[in-house]
Amino acid sequence: MSVGLPAYLTVAAILFTIGVFGIFVNRRNVIVIMMAIELILLAVNINLVAFSSYLHEVTGQVFAMFVLTVAAAEAAVGLAILVTFFRNRGDIAVDNANMMKG
Amino acid sequence: MEAIAFYVLAVVSVVAALMVVVSRNPVHSVLFLILTFFTAAGLFVLLGAEFLAMLVVVVYVGAVAVLFLFVVMMLDVDFASLREGFVRYLPIGGIAALVLAVEMILVSTAVAERGAASHVHAVVATGLSNTETIGWVLYTNYAYYFEAAGMVLLVAMIGAIVLTLRHKPGIKRQNIAAQTARTPATGMAIIKGVKIGEGIAE
Repeated sequence: MSVGLPAYLTVAAILFTIGVFGIFVNRRNVIVIMMAIELILLAVNINLVAFSSYLHEVTGQVFAMFVLTVAAAEAAVGLAILVTFFRNRGDIAVDNANMMKG
Repeated sequence: MEAIAFYVLAVVSVVAALMVVVSRNPVHSVLFLILTFFTAAGLFVLLGAEFLAMLVVVVYVGAVAVLFLFVVMMLDVDFASLREGFVRYLPIGGIAALVLAVEMILVSTAVAERGAASHVHAVVATGLSNTETIGWVLYTNYAYYFEAAGMVLLVAMIGAIVLTLRHKPGIKRQNIAAQTARTPATGMAIIKGVKIGEGIAE
């Protein structure tokens, strides 16, 4: 392969950082926060697949499948919580989401 | 050729990911997220993980991104007000992200050059495709994990349904217990003495 492993790891690191950055700057918009979490999980998957490919060991890809599963479950439950939250409050600003404080 | 493909995909994915977090319209964010997933699938193909690439397209683009799109379009939210604080957190977030990126790139480069992946042994030609190889490993060594993943999905599905199910009052629903408990005594009334051509009162 002409492109080395560090190149893939760099792309994954940048994607991960963009995800973290998205959580930092979109503190109120929970939809974008969840998209940023998806980006982070995608970066993790790229890391796993890159190492799996360069070590000629398929376990990394199997693990990436499990990460994919968890990401899908997380998105489904997160969006369901979001819909319920919106129904109860009328907006989705999460910085004052302390209804359950009692 | 492969290097060109890699750099194009890498640049597109990074730019699209950046647009996900900075764009004003959440619908645009979702569309850029889809673009990011597609380019990541392209990177997976370049790495020789075709099965996972197709899985990313099917699961992420076909299910997760569409779910996001539904929710974004369904919720009637003033997204402009959600962006306040963006500029305030931009400098500190940018600095933190930059430091994190530099650290992670340094560490991963060091790992790639001197760590576990530095002395790569030769490829064992098994004659199996990527999908077959994954199948051989997934259904033998990782069978229990596979079942656990199924459980995770089942719990997520039930959880999502329970969370979003809402019983509105005033809607006629099917009551199966009442239906099956019907007897002639409860289900019909015998009215005698009806005159021809007049019908019966309620």
